[in-house]
Amino acid sequence: MNHLSEEQLVLYYYGEAGPDGVEDHLGRCESCRGSYQALQRVLNSVDSFPVPERPAEYEAQVWRALEGKVARGRSRAWFAWKPLLAAATMAALVAGAFFAGHRWQRRDARAAADPQVRERVLLVAVGDHLERSQMVLLELANAGAPKSGALDISYEQRAAEDLIESNRLYRATAASAGDVATTSLLDDLERVLLEIAHSPSSVSGKQLEALRKEIEDRGILVKVKLFGDQVEQKEAAPQNAPSL
Amino acid sequence: MEDSDSLAVARAKAGDGDAYRLLVDRHSRSVFRLAYRMTGNEQDSEDVVQETFLRAYKQLQRYEARSSFATWLYRIAANYSLDLVRRRKRHGEVSLGDARPEEDAPEMVHTIPSRDPAPDRLVFSGRVQEQVARTLDELSRQERTAFVLRHFEGQSIEEISGALGLSQNAAKHSIFRAVQKLRRALEPLVTQ
Repeated sequence: MNHLSEEQLVLYYYGEAGPDGVEDHLGRCESCRGSYQALQRVLNSVDSFPVPERPAEYEAQVWRALEGKVARGRSRAWFAWKPLLAAATMAALVAGAFFAGHRWQRRDARAAADPQVRERVLLVAVGDHLERSQMVLLELANAGAPKSGALDISYEQRAAEDLIESNRLYRATAASAGDVATTSLLDDLERVLLEIAHSPSSVSGKQLEALRKEIEDRGILVKVKLFGDQVEQKEAAPQNAPSL
Repeated sequence: MEDSDSLAVARAKAGDGDAYRLLVDRHSRSVFRLAYRMTGNEQDSEDVVQETFLRAYKQLQRYEARSSFATWLYRIAANYSLDLVRRRKRHGEVSLGDARPEEDAPEMVHTIPSRDPAPDRLVFSGRVQEQVARTLDELSRQERTAFVLRHFEGQSIEEISGALGLSQNAAKHSIFRAVQKLRRALEPLVTQ
């Protein structure tokens, strides 16, 4: 008799097992039943993860902080500026570190830290930039197609316009540093961002589908995720971090 | 709740500010809980609550009730939490270890809620809580997000894959890996 795999048991625990007789098997097989009970004990214990209690007036507190932005319709501007400001700051840091690196190289051959500093700043900046871009792409990828009429994507457009500016700077910096992989990724991303920025602010279901296809065909979300994983690995090993 | 959420969403879409307040009242605690399970940090969780409701307000016109309002809201919260944790970790600003209970925290006794028709009724100590927090902290961001959405929020693998932009297979395997790690860390404690 084949025993149940751990994956089957996990799916069964979460009610996602298909009609593959897991329950029947558990009824017949003591060994699998024991495994399942052990799994249950572990997963039930996870529920003990403590979450701090909120005060009784919590909902009112949340609303007080939100009310002004919502009521005065300022949320759009607030959203639009936050990433723009962050990108501008990061862009300045990257540019600063890049040019400082050049000066250090000219002035002092012993300044061994400069490429590392430059790479570190670029690593952080590009990572943050890609995360913001990913949020915009995910919003479009997950948006429901309008049943009738059009879908307002003006927020994503504005975000894409902001991101294009920083993307260009990061791409130029990566290219100057001879980092082919990052340059290529940012090049792909820029094309998608341009596509979004140049779309109408209200798109039909068909136009939304075309945008999604562009995102999918370029595999940009997958590439961004892979890049993020690589960045994380490099950050975990800062002593040996190679260039991006 | 879902029906009344749909009604409140429809009113909020039509510009009724009180209706949006109703949605905030209903869901702010659960968004906080999700955020805390994701970030392990109280202040970050408050930021997530604010940002989630602002983003949801801005995008409300495109919410089409394909999923429940709560599921849609949690997707926004989970993505923002993930974004925040990545940024904090990258900048070395915070450790998820902030979530760990203090070493000298008083022993807390919990009866674990039942999930099974014939459940084991177990009593757990603060030591188990500590180990849960530590293990969640050691999961990768993707594993933690997928696991929190599945385990605590009851979202399906299909919903999780949509929320995180992953294939269903990748979402499933993130959950499996998380469960494996939790099993390794917790089994010696809970089978005592």
